[in-house]
Amino acid sequence: MPESILRFENVTVAFDGTPAIEELSFEILKGEARIIMGAAASGKTVILKTALGLLRPDSGRVFLFGEDITDRKERQLFDIRARAGILFQEGALFDSLTIEENVAYPLVNQKMVKCPPQEVRPRVERALTFVELEHTLDKVPSELSGGMRRRVGIARANITQPDLVLYDSPTAGLDPITANNIMTLIVKERDMRHATTIIVTQRLQDGQILAQYSYNPATDSLDRVPGEIEGIGFLVMKEGRLVFEGSAKQLRETRDPYISKFVLRH
Amino acid sequence: MLDFLKPPVLTIQEFVFLAGRAFRGMSRRPHYPKDIVLQMDIIGVGSLPIVLLTGFFSGIVMALQMSKALQTYGAVNQTGPIVAITLVRELGPVLTALVCAGRNSAGIASELGSMKVTEQIDAMRALGTDPIQKLVKPRVIATAVMLPCLTAISDFVGMLGGYIIAAALLHQTTAEYWNASYRILEYSDIVQGLLKPFVFAFVISLVGCFYGLRTRGGTQGVGLATTQAVVAASVWIFVLNTLVTKIFVSI
Repeated sequence: MPESILRFENVTVAFDGTPAIEELSFEILKGEARIIMGAAASGKTVILKTALGLLRPDSGRVFLFGEDITDRKERQLFDIRARAGILFQEGALFDSLTIEENVAYPLVNQKMVKCPPQEVRPRVERALTFVELEHTLDKVPSELSGGMRRRVGIARANITQPDLVLYDSPTAGLDPITANNIMTLIVKERDMRHATTIIVTQRLQDGQILAQYSYNPATDSLDRVPGEIEGIGFLVMKEGRLVFEGSAKQLRETRDPYISKFVLRH
Repeated sequence: MLDFLKPPVLTIQEFVFLAGRAFRGMSRRPHYPKDIVLQMDIIGVGSLPIVLLTGFFSGIVMALQMSKALQTYGAVNQTGPIVAITLVRELGPVLTALVCAGRNSAGIASELGSMKVTEQIDAMRALGTDPIQKLVKPRVIATAVMLPCLTAISDFVGMLGGYIIAAALLHQTTAEYWNASYRILEYSDIVQGLLKPFVFAFVISLVGCFYGLRTRGGTQGVGLATTQAVVAASVWIFVLNTLVTKIFVSI
């Protein structure tokens, strides 16, 4: 039985008494991927933040890497968070730091990641080369386009080679070409490191790429796989509640009026 | 009635929690000395021009007003001592703190507020940094060190302003003015004049950090947090000034 990476048990998170997610339960095992879909304000981002202990549940339990993090204090969470990487919605790069400093941040600041100072720069260069932005080391985030900032965010999320990577709307607001490039990087990262991946998106296309394509190192591109990749699941959220959990095929075949409308629209 | 009281009580509770975490973190590692020095530069050196101007002109105005009133009693030579006592005990600390509240509480709230709404605070937490240690602690330490220094400078340039009026319009000699000013000041005045900015420093920095870190929404939220920080810090400066003055008057 593969290791449980993330488990939500009847989790409710509310803001000012209004639930953002309600009685949510799901589990993701090592090497699997989940695509969380839903309309705006359906609680998708809240799931990711709760998974890392950035938000505390009002009820229910959250298990990260098999450990109950629900009631842990902030200082006790740092070590376990070091095993996960996250790309925030707009990248959330530190605007007072250079791109090099941004990408190096987890290496320098996470105690669990014991990276010798002389290895920081080569690792940053490798991470930025992976996202094809090795020429931006000395720039600041405001000098980059939205798509480039997301790519830097991907480099920062993956530089410590975490066991779990969370992507919050990595393609939102981007043109289709840039969005596909970003998805290619995410698939490449998943297939090269076999990291457990959770992606929040409003585009069904992003989920399909993750479920139906794999990275081919020989051609440096994505190849369509016959059928679907195992261990890829879709979760559809509606007003804080989980209304669908299943495979891409089950999602396409669903008769639920809300989900099918959502799927067709995207 | 209870519903009406809930929000302010919750706000105070959250503020006390933040202050508690900031004070607990003072002795904990990491200490981020580079950030402390950077903040000392921004808060201390950055505020110097406006503090100099405010202090200088308050001294001038004080001297002008007092000399007019003292003329009635034939005690114009007491202008220096009155300017010195008023500046060191009250005007220096309060005016400097208000100027710094307007400049630094607003600056801290808007900087941290922008970081909050762009998820940089969450990113910091996710990447292994405690925002209280990294952002709040350096600002509190920097303000606590720099505000008493700024107040001392403000007091001095205020007295200098008073001296210019005394020398130019009241025909006092340099020795007359400075000797009288120096002799009137007691040890307790200096302690009071430096203790007040030390207390106000915590208000200015913690209130700025508090409103910045609880910013919600987009740019509108940042604007609101900035305004709230300045208003709250200014009000608390007056309240705490009254309390500290009462304690020193009682002593």
